[in-house]
Amino acid sequence: MASRPLFGFTAIAALAAAVGLTGCGTGDDSELTVYSARQEHLIKPIFDRFTEETGIPVRYITDSAGPLMERLRSEGERTRADILMTVDAGNLYMAADAGLLRPVDSAVLRERIPEHLRDPEGRWFGYSVRARTIIYHPDRVDPANLESYEGLADRRWRYRLCMRTSQQVYNQSLVATLIAHHGEEHTEETVRGWVANFGADPFSNDTSVLNAIRAGQCDVGVTNTYYLGRLLRENPDLPLAVFWPNQDDRGVHINVSGAGITQHAKRPDDALILLEWLAGDEAQALFAALNLEYPAVEGVQWDPIVAGWGEFKADTINVAEAGRLQRQATMLMDRAGYR
Amino acid sequence: MTGRPTARLRRAWQRLGGWRLFALVTGAVLGAPIVVTAAAWLFPDHEVWNHLASTLLPEILRNTVILVFGVGSLVMVIGVGLAWLTAVCEFPGRRIFDWALMLPLAVPTYVLAFVFVGMFEFAGPVQSALRDLFGPDIWFPNIRSAPGVVLVMALVLYPYVYMLSRAAFLAQGRAPLEAARVQGLSPTAAFFRVALPMARPAIAAGTALALMETLADFGAVSIFNFQTFTTAIYRAWYGYQSLEAAAQLSALLLLIVLSGLWLERRARGRARFDQRTHDRLERIRLRGWKRWGATAAAGSVLFLGFLLPATQLVIWAWGRLDVLDPGYYSLILNTLTLGGIAAVVTVSVALLLAYGRRVQTDPITQRAVTAATLGYAMPGSVLAVGIMLSFTWIDHGLAWLAAPWGGLGSTFLAGSVGALILAYVVRFMAVGYGAVDSSLERIRPVLRDAARSLGAGEREVIRRVYIPMLRPGILTGILLVGVDVMKEMPATLLMRPFGWDTLALRIFELTVEGHWERAAVPAITLVVVGLIPVILLVVRSSR
Repeated sequence: MASRPLFGFTAIAALAAAVGLTGCGTGDDSELTVYSARQEHLIKPIFDRFTEETGIPVRYITDSAGPLMERLRSEGERTRADILMTVDAGNLYMAADAGLLRPVDSAVLRERIPEHLRDPEGRWFGYSVRARTIIYHPDRVDPANLESYEGLADRRWRYRLCMRTSQQVYNQSLVATLIAHHGEEHTEETVRGWVANFGADPFSNDTSVLNAIRAGQCDVGVTNTYYLGRLLRENPDLPLAVFWPNQDDRGVHINVSGAGITQHAKRPDDALILLEWLAGDEAQALFAALNLEYPAVEGVQWDPIVAGWGEFKADTINVAEAGRLQRQATMLMDRAGYR
Repeated sequence: MTGRPTARLRRAWQRLGGWRLFALVTGAVLGAPIVVTAAAWLFPDHEVWNHLASTLLPEILRNTVILVFGVGSLVMVIGVGLAWLTAVCEFPGRRIFDWALMLPLAVPTYVLAFVFVGMFEFAGPVQSALRDLFGPDIWFPNIRSAPGVVLVMALVLYPYVYMLSRAAFLAQGRAPLEAARVQGLSPTAAFFRVALPMARPAIAAGTALALMETLADFGAVSIFNFQTFTTAIYRAWYGYQSLEAAAQLSALLLLIVLSGLWLERRARGRARFDQRTHDRLERIRLRGWKRWGATAAAGSVLFLGFLLPATQLVIWAWGRLDVLDPGYYSLILNTLTLGGIAAVVTVSVALLLAYGRRVQTDPITQRAVTAATLGYAMPGSVLAVGIMLSFTWIDHGLAWLAAPWGGLGSTFLAGSVGALILAYVVRFMAVGYGAVDSSLERIRPVLRDAARSLGAGEREVIRRVYIPMLRPGILTGILLVGVDVMKEMPATLLMRPFGWDTLALRIFELTVEGHWERAAVPAITLVVVGLIPVILLVVRSSR
C-alpha cells in the first residue's frame, strides 16, 4: 500500500512528459512572440484585441527585464522572440546597447511617438508614460510647502518621508535623472537628505508607501501615479493627493513602458505591424487605461481617474538617459545609505 | 535473464568503473551551471567590488551571520524540541500535533513573509486596530527588522529539522533511554546526554537544509527589504547592470555554504549511528504545568506558522475569487505536473548517485556526488542563468552538428520543459539526495555482500534488497522535492516554456507590486496543493 503515492506521481509524470514532449513539438515560429516585462494582465487584453483585428496570433512570456534580456542574449540568432517589451526605458537602453534590438524605420512611429519617448536610432519606442510624483496626505501637509524632489531633502520633512527601496528601477531612474541635471555631488546631498527624512525603512513596493501615508506612518512619499490609481479604483475616498513637483523647472520625472523588435526576430514584418498598431488611438487608450498610465501619443483620451489629477509638465530629457546613468545612480544610493 | 551479452556488458561496466563514470557525468551536468557561475571570477568587475567593499558588503556579511545563527538556532530549538515532545512524550493534543506540525512546510517562505508584513506593519490590520483602541502612540515591534525575518524563516523551515529528528528519536527506541535512566539520569539529562547526541546526524541534516534554503532565499528577504547576498546579487545584476558581479557574489555565497558543510562534516567525524529498533516506546507522561506547557508550545508554533497565515489569507481572498478563470486551473495543473515530474526524476538520479557512492568509494566519485548536490545553496535565479548559459552552449553545439542536415530551426534545450525539469533537478538534488542517502545509510553493507555471495547480480541487489528497504526514504525524497518545486519561483520564471505559468509565478507578480490581498487566492491554492505531498508525508511517517 505504501507505494500508492509513488504510482500516483509516476502516472502524473508520464502524463506530463507526454504533454511536455508534444509541447516541444509545436515549437514552430508561426506566432508572433513577445518577451514581456509588463505583467500578463496588462498585456493580454491588448494582444487579444490585436489578434482580433489583424488575425496575427501573439504569444508571450513574462519575467523581469534582466532575465528576459539574458535569455535573448544567450539564444542569439536562434531566439523565438520577435519583440522585447519592458516597463522602463533603462532596460530598453541596455537592450539596444547590447545589440539585442534592431532599428526600425517607420514614419508612423516617428510621427506618433514624441521624440523624448523613443530611441533616437529607432530601436525602441515608448507606449505609455509613467509619472513618478509626490503623494501627500492633505490633512497633514500643506501643498504650498511642497516644491520639488530636491525639496524633500529639507529638514522640514524629518521622519515624515516614505519611499520604496532603492533596489527598484523606478527610484534608480529618478536618481539617474537628478544626476543628469545636477551632477553627482549635488545629487548625493539630496539623496542623503531623503534618507535622513525617512519616517520608516524603505518599503518593498509603492503600494505599501501609499498605505503608510494613509495610516499616518509618514506624511509624504514618492510613487508612480498608477499605484494610487489602483487604490482609488477600489476606494475612491482615499485621503491621498497628488502633487506635481518641479513645475517651475524641468518637470515631473517620467519613464516609459516600451518595446522594440529583436535583432534576430523571425517575423519582423508582423512585429512592426504590432508596434505601429500599438501607437494607434484605440490601442493607446487601452494600453494606458489598463494600468492607469498616461498614453505616449498626444491627444489620446485619459482615464477619468488619471484625468482627475490634472495636467502637468513632464521632464523632456530623453528617457534613455536614465538607463545610461543607472549604475552610477545605484552606487550613489548605496553610498548615501539608501537601501 | 542474464544472457551472455548482458554479462559481458556488466563486466565492461565494472571494468570501466561504471558507477564512477555515472557519478562523474551526473556531477558534471549538474555542476556545470555552478562552474559557469564561478567562472565569472575570471573577469572580476573591479569597480563593483571596490564599491561593494566600501558600502554594502559589511552590512551583507553582518546580516548573513544574523540569519545563519538566528534561523539556525531557532529551527533547532523549535524543530528538536517539538520532535522530542511528540516522539517521546504524551500531552494533550499530541496526536494532532504529530502531523499538524508538518503543515508549515506547505507554506512558501515568501508567502509567510508577505502575510506577516501585511498583517503586522504600521498600516496593517493589527497595528491599525491597536491604534484605534489605545491611541496613535502605542508602541509595536517593527516587523520589518532582523528578528522579523529570522522569525518568519524559522517558522517555515523548522519542519525540516522536526521531521528528520522526530524520525531519529522514534528510531532510537526505548533501549538507550532506559539505559540512561537506569544509570540515574533524569529525563532531561537523558535527553541532552543520550538522545540528542544520537540524533545529531538527523538534526544536522535538517538544519543544513533549512540554512541552505535561508541563504538562497530572495522572495522573503526582499519583502522585508533585508540586505543579504541574494538582494545584493540582484542589485549587482539589475542596478549595477553587471551579471558578472552578480555571478561572482553567488560564487562567494556558495563558498560560504561549502565551508559550512565542510565544518559540519569534520565536526561529525566518523560517528555512525545505525541503531534501529522496533520496540514500542513507552511515552513519558508529562504532568502538572509541563502537560499544558507542551501543548502551548506546540500550539503557538502551529498557530504562528500555519493557522494565523492561513486565516489571514482566507480573509484577504474572500470576495476576490474573480481571479478563478479557466486559465487559473491550468496554473494548478502546471504546478502539479512540474512538481511531480521533477520529484521523480530528481529522486531517481539521487538514488543512483547515493548507491554509486557506496559501491565506488574513491575520492573522485565522492567529489562528483558532492558537486551534483551543490545547486541547493544557489539563489534560484542565478542558478537559472547558469543553467541557461550551459544549455544554450549545448544548443549551439547541436545546431552546429545538425547544420549539414538542414539545421534545427530553433532552440532545442533552452526554453523546453526538459530544460526546466533539469533546472529543478540541479536546484533540489540536495533535498532528494539527503532523504535517499540517510535511509541508505541504515542499510548495512553486509546485506549487499550477503546478497551478492548468494549469486544475486547488482541489479537484483538493487531491486530485491535496496528498493524495499529504501521505499520510505524514496517517498520522503519525492514528496519533499515535489513541495519544493511547486514553491520554486525564479528558475521557473526564467526557464519556463510558453504557457507553463505556475501558481508561484502568479503570487510573485502580485506581491512584487504589494497586492497582498490579490496574491491571497493563488497563495491559498499553492498552500493547499502543497499540502497534498505534506499530508502523504505525514501519513507515511505515522505508520
